[in-house]
Amino acid sequence: MDIVIQFAYVVSAALFILGLKQLGSPATARRGNMISSFGMLLAIVAALLDQGIVDYQWIVIGIIIGGGIGATVARMVEMTSMPEMVALFNGFGGMASLLVGMAAIAPDAATFTLITIVLSILIGGVTFTGSLVAYGKLSERISSAPVLFAKQQVVNGLIVAGIVVSGLLFATNPDTGFWLLLVVVLSLAFGVMVVIPIGGADMPVVISLLNSYSGLAACAAGFAVDNNILIVAGSLVGASGIILTQIMCKAMNRSLSNVLFSGFGSGVVETTEVEGEIKPISVEDAYYVLEAASSVAVVPGYGMAVAQAQHVVKELMELLEENGCEVNFGIHPVAGRMPGHMNVLLAEADVPYDQLLEMDDINPRMETVDVAIVIGANDVVNPAARENEGSPIYGMPVINVDQARTVFVLKRSMASGFAGIENPLFYKENTRMLFGDAKESIGGLIREFN
Amino acid sequence: MVPAVVFLTFILMLSIFLGFELINKVPATLHTPLMSGANAISGITVVGAVSLAGTGHGDAAQWFGFFAVVLASINVVGGYLVTDRMLAMFKKKEG
Repeated sequence: MDIVIQFAYVVSAALFILGLKQLGSPATARRGNMISSFGMLLAIVAALLDQGIVDYQWIVIGIIIGGGIGATVARMVEMTSMPEMVALFNGFGGMASLLVGMAAIAPDAATFTLITIVLSILIGGVTFTGSLVAYGKLSERISSAPVLFAKQQVVNGLIVAGIVVSGLLFATNPDTGFWLLLVVVLSLAFGVMVVIPIGGADMPVVISLLNSYSGLAACAAGFAVDNNILIVAGSLVGASGIILTQIMCKAMNRSLSNVLFSGFGSGVVETTEVEGEIKPISVEDAYYVLEAASSVAVVPGYGMAVAQAQHVVKELMELLEENGCEVNFGIHPVAGRMPGHMNVLLAEADVPYDQLLEMDDINPRMETVDVAIVIGANDVVNPAARENEGSPIYGMPVINVDQARTVFVLKRSMASGFAGIENPLFYKENTRMLFGDAKESIGGLIREFN
Repeated sequence: MVPAVVFLTFILMLSIFLGFELINKVPATLHTPLMSGANAISGITVVGAVSLAGTGHGDAAQWFGFFAVVLASINVVGGYLVTDRMLAMFKKKEG
């Protein structure tokens, strides 16, 4: 029987790999997800054949409760709440690995197994509380501002040292529950500590990193319970999370350690004066400009998600296209709160994905664009990143909307972006500010068209 | 006889490289579904959890296993369904 189970795991690993491969192209992505879910089903069925299982009652109850909650939440969640949703699921996965680690402790366990148990508790615990903090920040239940205090690095260092020491002591005296408890408590505390200093706009990096951790936790749990499929699936997820993290860091021109430890945007003082004046524009005047435009680029940011403006944006896009205008979207990799956040929102509003251009594709054609419409984005279109060496975001690749003939910036007020960085874009000769709620402003434009 | 640990570590190393190769060329537009799809896969812990929840010992370890089954099932079922819901929305321009 055991050999059947093991071969079933081999097949399900192949299905995961195939599924992930197909997730890489929009045309096959949905099928890929389906294939991967079959792999999961097969692995679970195979696991249930394990002869060590004598009592199915609690397994069935657990799967029904968990599956029911998962299915309900997945169906109810709003697309705009997707980042916190992913964070929460991540956290559950981490906690599950922690619990598997705890349950795998046996009196006769080898030292190597005990070390992997410590690892699965550590990574699982950090993933769990880290994801909960990320969830809190993303859903605005707690402030998304970075939390920094004196000697933070020292405290973190002590926690890490504490985890290492108590982990080693546990691995050598597994009978003493105290050290194990200490590992659990310190790991949970460490998860909180690593995420609180990170500000809202850096969330895409954190989410990808936690995603990677949840895979690595499963991987460690796989070592603890001696299960191949956990190791394979866990490391695939771990690797994919690390790649996304790298992409996000590159998109901000910052190193991972800078994102994790600097508390970016908490105490940055702007030193440069911006010249020029703000030129507001009315909805009516904006309409006249758009009506005459033959090429429009829309650059959305987190503000579009907050204002839930994706549907009106799509409506405006259709009106512009009926008017003979070419409309494209320029999506910055870190626009929003998770990788690909804007793409999901616009897909929800039925914007075809081939009209969503990546930064490197839209920038070369920016000079031919008549009107660039910036909706709730700020730092990702800030020309200071290109021009001003003193700026904290200098060197970050941005979408060069200032090179379009005219730029409309839809913005609530003149408050600056997350880092309190002045945006010289607002003062440029060709920039017009359309103040107010993005959804209402675009609604106004749509009414002018009709 | 080579110890099992070596095989497990081999598998780990190969899967990590494979993971890097697989994900490297995913277009930005699919980053969110990729992440939530990968997230669902990380619920694979459920496979380890079921045998721990089914020992019938009624001890702490079994209860840890049970709660792990619950949490990992949320992760798996929720993750796959929400990914599917997202991917269903991705459309190419007609014509």
